[in-house]
Amino acid sequence: MSEVAIVGVGCVGFQPILPELSYKELMYEAAVKAYEDAGIDPRKDVDVFVTCAEDYLEGFSIFDEFVPDQLGAVLRHLFTVSGDGLLGLANAYMLIKTGHFDTVVLEAHSKASDLLTLMDVIAFALDPVLNRPLGGHPYYVAGMEMNRYLHDTCTTVKQCAQVVVKNKKNACGNPYAAYGANITLDQVLCSDMCFYPLKKLEISTPADGCVVMVLASKKAAEKLSDKPVWVKGVGWCTETPNLETKDWSKAVDTRLAAEMVYKTAKIHNPRKEIDFAEVNDLFAYKELQHMEALKLCDYGEAGKLTEEGITARNGELPVNPSGGLLGMGYGLEASGMEKLLEVALQLRGEAGRRQILNAEVGLAHAWRGIPTTTGIVAVLSNVK
Amino acid sequence: MFGKKRVAIVGAGLTLFRRRMKETGKELCYEASKMALDAAGMELNEIQSVVMGTAPDAFDGVHMKGEYLADGSGAYRKPYTRVFVGGGTGVFTPLAGWWHVASGQFDSCLVVAEEKMSSCYPHPQFAFTTIFDPILERPLGMNLIWIFALEMNRYMHRHGIKKEDIARVSVKNKGNALDHPCAQLGAKITVEDVLNSEIMAWPVQRLDVSPTSDGASALVLVSEDVAKEITDNPVWVDGVGWCIDSTLWTNRDLYYPDYVECAARMAYKMAGVKNPPKEIDVAEPYDPFDYKELHHMEGLLLCKKGEAPKLTAEGVTQRDGDLPINPSGGLLGVGNPIAAAGLMKVCEIFWQLRGEAGKRQIPGDPRTGLAQAWGDLMQYGSVIVLRR
Repeated sequence: MSEVAIVGVGCVGFQPILPELSYKELMYEAAVKAYEDAGIDPRKDVDVFVTCAEDYLEGFSIFDEFVPDQLGAVLRHLFTVSGDGLLGLANAYMLIKTGHFDTVVLEAHSKASDLLTLMDVIAFALDPVLNRPLGGHPYYVAGMEMNRYLHDTCTTVKQCAQVVVKNKKNACGNPYAAYGANITLDQVLCSDMCFYPLKKLEISTPADGCVVMVLASKKAAEKLSDKPVWVKGVGWCTETPNLETKDWSKAVDTRLAAEMVYKTAKIHNPRKEIDFAEVNDLFAYKELQHMEALKLCDYGEAGKLTEEGITARNGELPVNPSGGLLGMGYGLEASGMEKLLEVALQLRGEAGRRQILNAEVGLAHAWRGIPTTTGIVAVLSNVK
Repeated sequence: MFGKKRVAIVGAGLTLFRRRMKETGKELCYEASKMALDAAGMELNEIQSVVMGTAPDAFDGVHMKGEYLADGSGAYRKPYTRVFVGGGTGVFTPLAGWWHVASGQFDSCLVVAEEKMSSCYPHPQFAFTTIFDPILERPLGMNLIWIFALEMNRYMHRHGIKKEDIARVSVKNKGNALDHPCAQLGAKITVEDVLNSEIMAWPVQRLDVSPTSDGASALVLVSEDVAKEITDNPVWVDGVGWCIDSTLWTNRDLYYPDYVECAARMAYKMAGVKNPPKEIDVAEPYDPFDYKELHHMEGLLLCKKGEAPKLTAEGVTQRDGDLPINPSGGLLGVGNPIAAAGLMKVCEIFWQLRGEAGKRQIPGDPRTGLAQAWGDLMQYGSVIVLRR
């Protein structure tokens, strides 16, 4: 029995840069869309507002200060989760399950174009004693991990490049995507080598955008929406902040989060029971590694499935039909919300040209990027 | 009245509040978490989820500070969330812990709050230069002492309060802190000492302000079923409340914290508290400045607007008074490592209700207590109501 549903969605962006909108205007526009979609008045119909942001990405010491007005949340119950939008979903889901709250609004955004030194900020997430003094661009961590993953699983660089071709192509059908393109495998393979063996086109480019969603309890959802998208469960996990002791080959955080959510959602055979998945693909190899962690295929099998076209939009198991982060753009803490948005639109049958026929169960996954080991998984369905 | 599951606190832990140069933030988290688990008689593997509360990343100088502190807080391979509502974080963190358990998602949750301010160079106050609007306010070069001086002035003016009335809070709290083993600034001082201390931004003087500090605190929250198995003495989380006001603090009348009242009403409604001054036996309102204790007592509906200084002068808020306020010594006495200080208040109420507060134990038989924190740009209130 499902108890929580998405009853309203609103999205602005994603675009490489949205100079005409400040972060406040971005939030306002996405919120208005979501409120209209759900048919609610934020000033009286919302019990709790959840925003997701990290201070350093916003350029403030306490970003929570700057969110209430544009969401209609003045003198109301709002808080900030320092994490990905999907982690906000986990908290919203639990809030509704306490039985005290019926309607929760969830927001996450990216104003990456305001950040002159995004990579320096990411470098500031490295351990200040052990890792940061080594210097260098923080994405070297991803290069090292990709190397280890390819070595352990016999996945090929071509299979990783195929992820980019697929996702950028999918993004061409997505009006919310910033970086759709028809490119060839050779173009990916010939792009600049950035962090061996990670190439330039295999790295998601940041984008501006905002996603707001309205969640509701079963009782409220049935009143507010004729096509609610039910949250079957959320799982989340942090492995370890230590690069020295984390697993470099497998995404342990995502595996544990998946086990948690499959238990709640009563999914016994993910490969069969999940119709499509929106998986974190901040780097191309991550999509493959995450598919394996999510039990959508065996360890070391994801590359092969991608090569065979099984994960294409019209394949047996579509992965990232939205275009993923490679196609839509890297939305910082809104990355998980990009995934959630696509799952919600697909399950409502509103995905336009990219609609997957007869989709009933979708999965959204987020990973918080270098150097974290935090993964979040949500399973959603249009069947109660 | 309650969620699917009633939630109990079964253990609390607190570190010494000081400039802790030898320990990293992770180590402070470990110390507090270990103490809380030991107090609960639990092992880390019995903890199903972890919630972290910690204020600006700029103190520690680590982006995604929550991720960085995960292992020290016992979150290795566990579901882990960081919540952040500015200065209100300390009391907000156990509220997040509450819904982790009350939702039925987990049977146990370790709640940890950490702050390591001393690593911020040249002074933690510099982390606060970036809490202001970059166009309207930052160019003025303002700091927190200034804006709180504005608020204090407005509060004094509106109710005709004298500085002596406010200084009594500092005297009381620093005195209470003499009995707290973790306290940084316990002291026996007089009202004259406060009035003669250095003027920082009128009417704020040195002894009106709590000190910056390093520290961590932790609580173990469990579901009703687990609580009944492991303790005869649980303390129940019966009410939670939180509220945010507009970012535009310049457009509000600062004499009264509406957002604290809104948060308190939410918590009282959930806990079934109808007459707060009668039903609340002990309270820990947020006191980073002495006037804030009075301001917050009024916001929490523990007395009428403008009445808190009178109660303080009459000794009602002393430990042996009718309504003990900040028996721990509060932030003014114990110290103010932002998030850790907020959670310290919840720890204190837990100890007071269990009769475990040692020399600080209030007389009588306290059954209902409350802790509150305040944050963001004078705009956030978080409130928790505990019952034995």
